[in-house]
Amino acid sequence: MRWLWIDRVVELVPGQRLVAVKNISLAEDHLHDHFPAEHGREPLPIMPASLVIEGMAQTAGILVGHAGGFREKVLLAKLSRAHLHADALPGFTIRHTATLTNYDAAGASATGTSELVDPARPDRPPVPLAEIDLMFSHADQNMSGLDLPEHNFVFSDAFRTLLRTSGLEASF
Amino acid sequence: MTNDEIFEKVQSVLVDALAVDDDEVTPNATLTGDLGAESIDFLDIVFKLEQEFGFKIQQGELFPDNVSQNPEYVQDGKVTDKGLVELRHRLPHADFSALEHDRSVTRVAEIFTVDAVCRFVQNKLQHAGG
Repeated sequence: MRWLWIDRVVELVPGQRLVAVKNISLAEDHLHDHFPAEHGREPLPIMPASLVIEGMAQTAGILVGHAGGFREKVLLAKLSRAHLHADALPGFTIRHTATLTNYDAAGASATGTSELVDPARPDRPPVPLAEIDLMFSHADQNMSGLDLPEHNFVFSDAFRTLLRTSGLEASF
Repeated sequence: MTNDEIFEKVQSVLVDALAVDDDEVTPNATLTGDLGAESIDFLDIVFKLEQEFGFKIQQGELFPDNVSQNPEYVQDGKVTDKGLVELRHRLPHADFSALEHDRSVTRVAEIFTVDAVCRFVQNKLQHAGG
């Protein structure tokens, strides 16, 4: 599998906001272990919170990367806040909205809201799923002085495909 | 703005950025030792101070900027005399006297106290006429 926890970028205001969606699918293998049948309870497929957060990190990471022309390696460095309110179930769509709050040569911060959209009830408003605040480091400018590989391992081929199929240019 | 008001605002920034309690953020508390700050937290603190006080902080203005990369300032993991002069000049709000006896470059981050951040803000606001 590819480590992509968003399927499509649906809105981009460069340097400000990015909205991406992820469709939760029963084809995702880990859902059959999270959670399996136990003590008389049937299997309960629920998307792990860590992966909801990863989806938001990818949403915000693309916003930050795009703002820098994808020249920097944008690394998730800190989760300042992650509050989750609901269970993300197969057959639902997560809509991640990331807003840039700070940006400079050393890194960036973003605030995110995730919602659950029910494709079977498009008339209903989305249900709040999470509030997630994140900080990214521009790897080559980082203060820890770590030596990282030259090539941009963050924005990989899989990411480029995502950007392209979402209609975003990424000349890198 | 009074120094007390500055301290309260700096305190709330540090409580937010470092997920510590109010009462842990005392003037002499060190950011890395006592409050558990790591390098990414320094950036978070810079962003939050900018938002709280409305000024812009340049890279290397509040916290030392990759001092260890410069061979004139750091040799064999120790800050040189030239390095110490440079640090004092660039960061007048910090107290580098602890570095006199132990020049290990790892100590540079350790000497940063809550008080040093407050002094930085005071200097910054004074220059801005605020």
